[in-house]
Amino acid sequence: MPANSYLHCSTSLGTDIISFSQVFKRYPGGYEALKDVSFSVEPGEMVFITGHSGAGKTTLLKLIAAIERATSGTVLVAGQNVSSMRRRAIPFLRRNLGLIFQDQKLLYDRSAFDNVMLPLVVTGHPWRDAARRARAALDKVGLLDRERANPIALSGGEQQRLCIARAVVNRPNILIADEPTASLDVEYADAIVEMFRSFNQVGVTVLISTHDDRPIRKLNPRVLTLHRGSLA
Amino acid sequence: MRSWLRHHALSFAQTMGRFAASPFASLLNALVIGVALALPLGGYVLLANLQQVARGLVTDAQISVFLAPDASISDITEIDRRLRGTPGVTRVEFVGREQALAGLKRTPGMAEVVATLRDNPLPDAFVVTLAANEPESALRLEQEIKNLPRVAHVQADSAWVRRVSSLLKFARTAVVLMGTLLSFALVAVTFNTIRLQILTQRDEIEVSKLIGATNAYIRRPFFYLGALQGMFGGLAACVIVELAIFVLNRDLAGLATLYGADARLQLLSPADGLAVLAFAAALGWLGTFLSVSKHLYKIEPR
Repeated sequence: MPANSYLHCSTSLGTDIISFSQVFKRYPGGYEALKDVSFSVEPGEMVFITGHSGAGKTTLLKLIAAIERATSGTVLVAGQNVSSMRRRAIPFLRRNLGLIFQDQKLLYDRSAFDNVMLPLVVTGHPWRDAARRARAALDKVGLLDRERANPIALSGGEQQRLCIARAVVNRPNILIADEPTASLDVEYADAIVEMFRSFNQVGVTVLISTHDDRPIRKLNPRVLTLHRGSLA
Repeated sequence: MRSWLRHHALSFAQTMGRFAASPFASLLNALVIGVALALPLGGYVLLANLQQVARGLVTDAQISVFLAPDASISDITEIDRRLRGTPGVTRVEFVGREQALAGLKRTPGMAEVVATLRDNPLPDAFVVTLAANEPESALRLEQEIKNLPRVAHVQADSAWVRRVSSLLKFARTAVVLMGTLLSFALVAVTFNTIRLQILTQRDEIEVSKLIGATNAYIRRPFFYLGALQGMFGGLAACVIVELAIFVLNRDLAGLATLYGADARLQLLSPADGLAVLAFAAALGWLGTFLSVSKHLYKIEPR
């Protein structure tokens, strides 16, 4: 996979793995979600993005995965310019990202196991190896005994952990989570944050958006604060 | 390459599973396509049978050339020579007036009639057999022979051959038109099936795109669905037509024994059957292509 080797090549050089420079995002209708945002993230960093709802956190994360495109400015992810990337190249970018969405986007027509299998099926992994990795990912989030369950039968915290399992099963270099603790009880939220910290400890770059400052006080990580689309 | 093959196998298995999951709906879809294809296919089979019969007739195309009563022996030899020299003529047979009368006498029921005649009213004649089975060349030859001296009348058996031929041509055009129209119907049916399938799989498509599925990956199962549905439709059409021929042949057999002839319709050849399946699959593929191009790209993750 060319995108993958590209990624390793650039990380070994020690350059930034994510870099925004003078990024603007204007939605049709004139609403400016991001205004002149510039920052960079080094490989292996763990960064929290905070701000009120509507401050542009979700938009910022979407720009990294090319779910949205910047109106102007440059978004570099592992050396690739995402803001001007050809559509055909986007799937290969996303295979190196572990994405956890605010609305989860689990598929309710299949088991938890099959949900976790999906990223490996999409990349054409041999089934046996894929199944082994899917079980390992489920085990890591403590859901191995629920692999046959439909996601609808899982609790909110379990669903969130299932999303994490799906995001890490591909062994991505970058993990991006949009409000992963938003609807969870305090203990569940702490367990989730702890999970991200353990992935970070093995070298994964982690970006988490949140409006909950509990984990930030606890971990004292690097924090980017957005206020009405601008970095404070 | 191996993962590509693996996904093809997976897509095929998924598609078959999808058919098996809703057997009734799949059967109805195949039946709709089958009926739509069976009409032109049945027309084609009937036409092929008729054409075979007609071809048997046209090869025997003959022109009877009746001479003027005052034609002399030298005129006859001259005409005989000219007829034999005409390109497109394979056989020239002279039927003298005495010979014709004798032949008429032998015809049952005609002897009495002939006996009442005072003298022979029949003219000398030639029976000319034509090589060409095309009605156009028969017509041209007829005109040529008519212009020979001492030829009183030319009766072309090709007149009705021409009629049959143009009738067949008309029927062929009708079958082709019907086939074209109903092919559009097949494309439309597939288009709609795929549209519905894309809508029901909307979430799966969106999530697949988010986790790095290429467009080719997402499209592939739909192409299998469309092409296989078309192929099942083609199979249904073949079965319908074969059944119809079977039933018609039973009735024809009764008819044929009354006439003391052997008349039965030919079944579809295996080559024809395969061609129908391939054609139906190709149309299904086309319908899928149109549907996917229109609907799949609208599903972009937000």
